[in-house]
Amino acid sequence: MASPLLSVNELTVEYWTRRGRVRAVDDVSFSISKSETLGVVGESGSGKSTLGLSLIGLVPFPGRITKGKVFLKDKEVCTMCAEELRNLRGTEVCYVFQDPMTSLNPVKKIGSHFVELIQTHEPKVSKEEALERARKLLKDVGIQPERVNDYPHQLSGGMRQRVMIALAIALNPSVVVADEPTTALDVIVQSKILDLLHSLRDSYGMALILITHDLSIVMERSNKIMIMYAGQMVEYAPSGEVYSNPEHPYAIGLLKSIPNIELSDQKLEAIPGSPPDLLNPPTGCRFWPRCNQAFDRCQKETPPLFKTGPEHYVRCFLYDAEREP
Amino acid sequence: MSQDEILRVENLTKYYPVEKSFLEKAFARSKHFVKAVDNVSFTVKRGEIFTLAGESGCGKTTTGKIVVRLISPTSGKIFFNNIEITELKNEELRMLKRKMQIIFQDPYASFNPRMKIGETVGHPLTIHGLAEGDEKRKRVAELLDRVGLTPAEKFVDLYPHQMSGGQRQRAAMARSLILQPEFIVADEPVSMIDVSLRTAIVDLMLNLRKDFGLTYLFITHDLAIAKYISDRIGIMYLGRIVELGDKETIFSNPIHPYTQALLAAIPVPDPDRKRKVTELIGDVPSAINIPSGCRFHTRCRYAKHECGKEEPKLVEVSSGHFVACPSNSELGSKFAEN
Amino acid sequence: MLSTLLGIRSLAKRGLAGWLVLFGCIITGAIVIMTLVSPLIVPHNPSTINVGPLLSPPTSQFPLGTDDIGRDMLSRVIAGGGVMLQVAVVSVLACVLVGVPLGLFASHTGGLVDRFVSLIMDSIYAFPGLILAIAIALVLGRGVINMALSITVVYIPSYFRVIRSQVLSIKELPYVEAANAAGAKKRTILLRYILPNVLPSIVVVATVNFADAILTAAGLTFIGMGVPVNVADWGWDLSNGQKLLASGSWWVIAFPGIMIILLALGFSFMGEGLSELLNPRLEQEGD
Repeated sequence: MASPLLSVNELTVEYWTRRGRVRAVDDVSFSISKSETLGVVGESGSGKSTLGLSLIGLVPFPGRITKGKVFLKDKEVCTMCAEELRNLRGTEVCYVFQDPMTSLNPVKKIGSHFVELIQTHEPKVSKEEALERARKLLKDVGIQPERVNDYPHQLSGGMRQRVMIALAIALNPSVVVADEPTTALDVIVQSKILDLLHSLRDSYGMALILITHDLSIVMERSNKIMIMYAGQMVEYAPSGEVYSNPEHPYAIGLLKSIPNIELSDQKLEAIPGSPPDLLNPPTGCRFWPRCNQAFDRCQKETPPLFKTGPEHYVRCFLYDAEREP
Repeated sequence: MSQDEILRVENLTKYYPVEKSFLEKAFARSKHFVKAVDNVSFTVKRGEIFTLAGESGCGKTTTGKIVVRLISPTSGKIFFNNIEITELKNEELRMLKRKMQIIFQDPYASFNPRMKIGETVGHPLTIHGLAEGDEKRKRVAELLDRVGLTPAEKFVDLYPHQMSGGQRQRAAMARSLILQPEFIVADEPVSMIDVSLRTAIVDLMLNLRKDFGLTYLFITHDLAIAKYISDRIGIMYLGRIVELGDKETIFSNPIHPYTQALLAAIPVPDPDRKRKVTELIGDVPSAINIPSGCRFHTRCRYAKHECGKEEPKLVEVSSGHFVACPSNSELGSKFAEN
Repeated sequence: MLSTLLGIRSLAKRGLAGWLVLFGCIITGAIVIMTLVSPLIVPHNPSTINVGPLLSPPTSQFPLGTDDIGRDMLSRVIAGGGVMLQVAVVSVLACVLVGVPLGLFASHTGGLVDRFVSLIMDSIYAFPGLILAIAIALVLGRGVINMALSITVVYIPSYFRVIRSQVLSIKELPYVEAANAAGAKKRTILLRYILPNVLPSIVVVATVNFADAILTAAGLTFIGMGVPVNVADWGWDLSNGQKLLASGSWWVIAFPGIMIILLALGFSFMGEGLSELLNPRLEQEGD
């Protein structure tokens, strides 16, 4: 397998708020290669958005990366200065934001967004050339090229999101991070957008990181899935294995609580309790208060990642090979 | 109308005039309307969960709010327990509100930030003069316990911002139950709640139905939840019901092309599933300019010339299964094969 | 005493906004107390003439100097806030008592009533404040109450607009709908659901209003529309001091001027800080 485009080692991001320190991302490691999709799944407070932002150095104040490294094509991102990071954004790593309604500048034409982006990173390109590229990109994402002359409010939500995607791939990045790209959209449009992202991934050879709370979306389309809970990576495996053989109790609970329309007479089971307050996370394993298989050790120690298959990792003492049953 | 039916809605419409500038108002010939709800009819049987499903802008929330009389319809009739309630006012309307309640989508915005939860939940009792003081406190505590907010003494004194979204939705349910209603409209009650908590809320609703003998009008855009909770489903598009039937039928034999596209688009947590790609042309038209004839024909790949001429009516294709598609019987069999 | 201390500590915790409020309260509080106890602490009677040499610059005997008829500036500065504070308090109170119910009523009733009242309010608002105040003061004549009245009229529209826009936005919120769905009467909704959520903005407008009132009162007195000549008043000293400035006697205008600025600043700080603190505390979940 080719060397990974992006690899993350023991990344930890903390927010230093007035009320205390919040560890939004805690010891996350993964890697992703060309034409792969990694699905990052988590609920509110899981740290998935912070993770996404940290990949392009955009963690908002008062957050900072306090540990770990991010390598993009073997170059270390965390130690780059602001200038280098800015060059990186758009060209190597691109971010698609969640809300297409407010991510486009309402007083600029669609074309201007492209021109500004392209000329910032490639100053030698003329306006005409940039617009021509914009038209081609719009066509690639399924929008009529003439709409370069429209303003954002003249486009529907689905179309605006497609424009965002076109902007994201405009400079041929190696990695695209899409944070809840379809949450604000209807299910039919959502399906189209996800199809689009994946066909672009294939034709441009990018790596795609899909961040979402919707396990169903990533199951269908990802190569690998990482499930996050309270800032930690609790399970990381190929999607097929997460579906057929989920190991972490949270992952198992999630799968049992999501209605699947292809099953009839499904009995759903709820996960008791609610996600923890990150200012005061539970001691030991962060999931133990809600876990029906928790035992003593879970409350005392934080479980490390255990390898349970060639590419399957779980953060749970149940899988400690050295444990006495 | 039989004793079985708790709610009947006939030809409901809600048109909002489009706001215009002074000049436009002075010189415009015709008025433009946003046709949020455009001739909707359905019935809900006592004790069942009837779901209105569809994407945003289809009119389902507006319909729900009209049913509980939060919004008045432009035209049409609503019957509750055999009595017409469309025009009720003042005291009679207030009495009605004891029987019909609503749970809102947004657990963050549906509570007065300056009232404690106990006060909010108990306030309807004060409004209707049903209980005060100790009696009120007792009823509030009982309900909070029942919806899973235990110990009640702790939650009674909390402010909304001190509770999580899931807890707030439970409190919302307690608030809607305190007047002992027969009928509850649940407007997307779990879409703003974390995925792992949704099942708990939905199961709570099902249990409450059993214990309190409730009937629900459930509104959602999430068809997977709709399949889990509903007895019967009505699919809405651009202000109209295009298909209606019991749950099994809709999911196993969807006939209307829109229903089919909708079902095919729902993500399924199975990496090996083969996707049935259904191409829908273009985007949803604006509710101000609804296409002529069948409002879906502009996006339908089976559309024929006739489809643009006359608005199709809901026709019963099998017992309890209604579809609004002109050539539905032939198309029906064609689609089932795909 | 303890609770005030605790209050201060929690204010300080809230960052810059908390400090602003604290600071503002201290300044305003100090000036108010000083004015209240002024009869007890003034070294000389502020109105007595020839207490010292005429137009004496600051010396150890007269730390803030004397004016052109020999009155002690220090005493005048200590006592001079009285009129201004009275005018400010009366006018703010009147504004709140009139402007708030008007705003609540008009926006809750809606329709033509709302349009009509808004029109009147907007017309008043369109006038430059000081000029309108002067015009009204001219009609009403001198005196504390009249000054207060003219300021009141000028500022009611501010309250009205703020209340109205708040009410209009809160009206659409789901919790008001929920109260409606439970069968609450319009009056109940207004008093229990809308008003408590509008209160914070009233407080903010009031504090800014205070600051403005101080300055307008100073302005009115400065042009001669204010108080009778005998009462010590910073605004009056401003006017007097301005004439004396040309001859190099800066202390007559400087110290009262500084006090006016301080008082207005104090209220402004409070208003700014409060406005930040009282802003939506709605905590949304999400990472």
